[in-house]
Amino acid sequence: MAAEGQPANSLLLAVGQLTKLFGTFAACDGINLDIRPGEIHALLGENGAGKSTLVKMLFGVLAPSSGQIVWQGQPVRIASPSAARKLGIGMVFQHFSLFEALTVAENIALSMDPGVSLARIAKEASDLSHAYGLPLDPHAHVADLSVGERQRIEIVRALLQNPKLIILDEPTSVLTPQEADRLFETLNKLKAEGRSVLYISHRLEEVQRICDRATVLRHGKVTGACDPRQETPSSLARMMVGSDVAHVSAEGTSSKGAIKLEARHLSATARTPFAVALKNICLKVHAGEVLAIAGVAGNGQGELFDALSGEYPVASDDVILISDKPVGTRGINARRLMGAGFVPEERHGHAAVSALSLSDNLILARSQSDRRAFLGGGPLGLIRQDAVKKASKRISAAMDVRKSGENPPAGSLSGGNLQKFIVGRELDRQPTVLIVNQPTWGVDAGAASRIRQALVDLAKSGSAVLVISQDLDEIFEVATEIAVISEGKLSDIYPASDLSREKIGLLMGGMYGKTETAETAHAH
Amino acid sequence: MRIELERRPGVSKLFSILSPFIALGLTLIFGGIMFMMLGKDPVAALYSFFIEPLTEIWSLHELAIKAAPLILIAVGLSVCYRSNNWNIGAEGQFIMGAIAGSILPVVFYEWQSPLVLPLMMLLGMLGGALFAGIPAFLKAHLNTNEILTSLMLVYVAQLFLDWLVRGPWRNPGGMNFPETRTFDATAILPEMIASGRAHWGFGFAIIAAILVWFMMRYTLKGFEITVLGQSQRAGRFAGFSSRKMIWFSMLLSGALAGLAGIAEVSGAIQQLRPVISPGYGFTAIIVAFLGRLNPLGIVVAGLVLALTYLGGEAVQVSLQISDKPIRVFQGLLLFFVLSCDTLIHYKIRMMWYDLSETAGKGTR
Repeated sequence: MAAEGQPANSLLLAVGQLTKLFGTFAACDGINLDIRPGEIHALLGENGAGKSTLVKMLFGVLAPSSGQIVWQGQPVRIASPSAARKLGIGMVFQHFSLFEALTVAENIALSMDPGVSLARIAKEASDLSHAYGLPLDPHAHVADLSVGERQRIEIVRALLQNPKLIILDEPTSVLTPQEADRLFETLNKLKAEGRSVLYISHRLEEVQRICDRATVLRHGKVTGACDPRQETPSSLARMMVGSDVAHVSAEGTSSKGAIKLEARHLSATARTPFAVALKNICLKVHAGEVLAIAGVAGNGQGELFDALSGEYPVASDDVILISDKPVGTRGINARRLMGAGFVPEERHGHAAVSALSLSDNLILARSQSDRRAFLGGGPLGLIRQDAVKKASKRISAAMDVRKSGENPPAGSLSGGNLQKFIVGRELDRQPTVLIVNQPTWGVDAGAASRIRQALVDLAKSGSAVLVISQDLDEIFEVATEIAVISEGKLSDIYPASDLSREKIGLLMGGMYGKTETAETAHAH
Repeated sequence: MRIELERRPGVSKLFSILSPFIALGLTLIFGGIMFMMLGKDPVAALYSFFIEPLTEIWSLHELAIKAAPLILIAVGLSVCYRSNNWNIGAEGQFIMGAIAGSILPVVFYEWQSPLVLPLMMLLGMLGGALFAGIPAFLKAHLNTNEILTSLMLVYVAQLFLDWLVRGPWRNPGGMNFPETRTFDATAILPEMIASGRAHWGFGFAIIAAILVWFMMRYTLKGFEITVLGQSQRAGRFAGFSSRKMIWFSMLLSGALAGLAGIAEVSGAIQQLRPVISPGYGFTAIIVAFLGRLNPLGIVVAGLVLALTYLGGEAVQVSLQISDKPIRVFQGLLLFFVLSCDTLIHYKIRMMWYDLSETAGKGTR
């Protein structure tokens, strides 16, 4: 197991035949992995490949079913996250665990030993964050900070423990390109100090850029260990997916038709203290177009979706038009009846109810738009299960939804397969307008490319498609037009061919036209 | 060693069926131990608790009388709880239904007609629904917590009834007892079968259970209830209104509780008294959960809980003990039923291993 001639005791971490069983399902199956001191090691894999399970075992959140973990030459048993921290393992989770109502320093203090004064923590955190190029104002309230700044808190919190190994789970999924660049500088600094980084990602470009070695997982097994710089993106993708990923083709989407979706000076107040108000948003989507709205999470994307979908109708009718008809005050089903389809960001508990079967989740979105096909018995509203099941089968086949059993609960599907079903549920109706928020968030590469292709194809067939996304790769793959949302305001709409990543990055920070991005966390 | 609950991949069919029986077995064992500690013969106690009430026709009728309000109320509550509206005040809605339904036989006692009885039932449902409408309004429009408001209104209803029967509605020929006049024969809910006392309230309960079961299983309304109960956000995405659902579920459960109230008063008590319910509205919450919020399960659960009421009385008489151990016994039953249901979704695993022991296996 000691790889490539290195004696085992010079390794920082060596994992041997680590296995985690959930029932009979092996989430991790005999994983071997070793991390050398002072390297950035990538852990690559699709969603559901077992990456999270593996790091949870390393961080003491889950107990392995069998196998061993060797830390600096000593076999260890990591019983809890605090044991892991004591050993010198720090972790930055993909989903932050921060209290929005507390300040940065208070949040950090929560994970430290009690008895250290808040002033000292604030000072240490501030010093450390500046030293690593992650400037933070320790007295800012978390609620006021951007996602990138929140991530810095997590990183600083981990660094304060002086760890030898830092695990980062999909750190760049929430960052602008500029923020990501800064993070990479920090990681290189850590590496130069002899610390090791375990970098979990499915973004091949980043991995090739900053990682020294990579371990690829698929279906809970290691399918490759390599130097990512010696590989091509497609060879890495092949290791991850097990087959070549289809390339999305956006050819022939140039023809512009009539305006199908329009917002005219759409404003909406924030419903909760942590929501973002929409300010004077104007947009037009023509038939045959894919308008992509880029932006860092938490800049009003969800609120824009709510207003456009009619989940939260706005005060006046003529600020939102679908096929030239004013619909601002109408509910979501009225808009569906006019030919619109919607895919919200959150799969579980918004686009789908996890505990309900796929066919039930089909009725969820289409009980009114397909009233004639799915309901019988007049005012009784009897659900025609056979018709619904047939349609759900048709959708699963069209979108290649892989599932266990005929009609399993939505929660039993992997993220990618559920998302394919949710998107397919709308495509099946041939909507004239489709509004999608984060179409491939947390979805594996195969499913993502299929979903993107479906969006492009829908536009080609003459529908108007609005895609709200944080993923720039995705945006460039599908969009014909691009706009950027920042703090509830929408930029002008540009043809996709006129924009570069850098330009979008500047727009994302709301800084277009200025030369430098803001340097410090803003304290309100 | 530690004990781990491990989520099963799906619902275990075996334990869905077995779990109530395991619970019953555990209740019998621990109940037996409790009776033994009280110095009573556990076998005799359990016999008079569970078996004796089932051996005679008259006590079967009593069982139906006791089960009827429990089932009616619990069926309504199941709709509330499935849709995530926590109506705890069915006891108050039961009382207000009984009062509203009694307007005809108490205030307009001279009017005798075959219309009286159906009108009483309708008024009873209306009274219960309106009373449940108060917490519904408060939740839907002022965002108050319906658990608190509906519970507090129970005491309002109880005191209102107390005031009525001692004051304006007291029977003028009733020797100053706090009771209303007894209902005229045309205002009394008839017996279902000739062999005993059980009135049509039990029939209403069965009909309500079947109708609600049908609604939950086959209709879009039932689907709406399920979706909004699981996730309000998904419900909004489906175009369902959680505000309307607050009204629907509260009014429906209020109406069924009100019907239970007037059926109990008209069929079993035949006049209003300061106390007309031994806590049916609260016990029905237990019944609703014992029945797993499924209307047909609730029919069974209602009968079982009614049996513990009857058995409890029988044990008090035959063993000369207070009603407190009976309450403990009912608590045991509920506790075991709910905890055994965990087995449907989870496996229990004893974790004996120690990771350091298996450490050597991994290396080659």
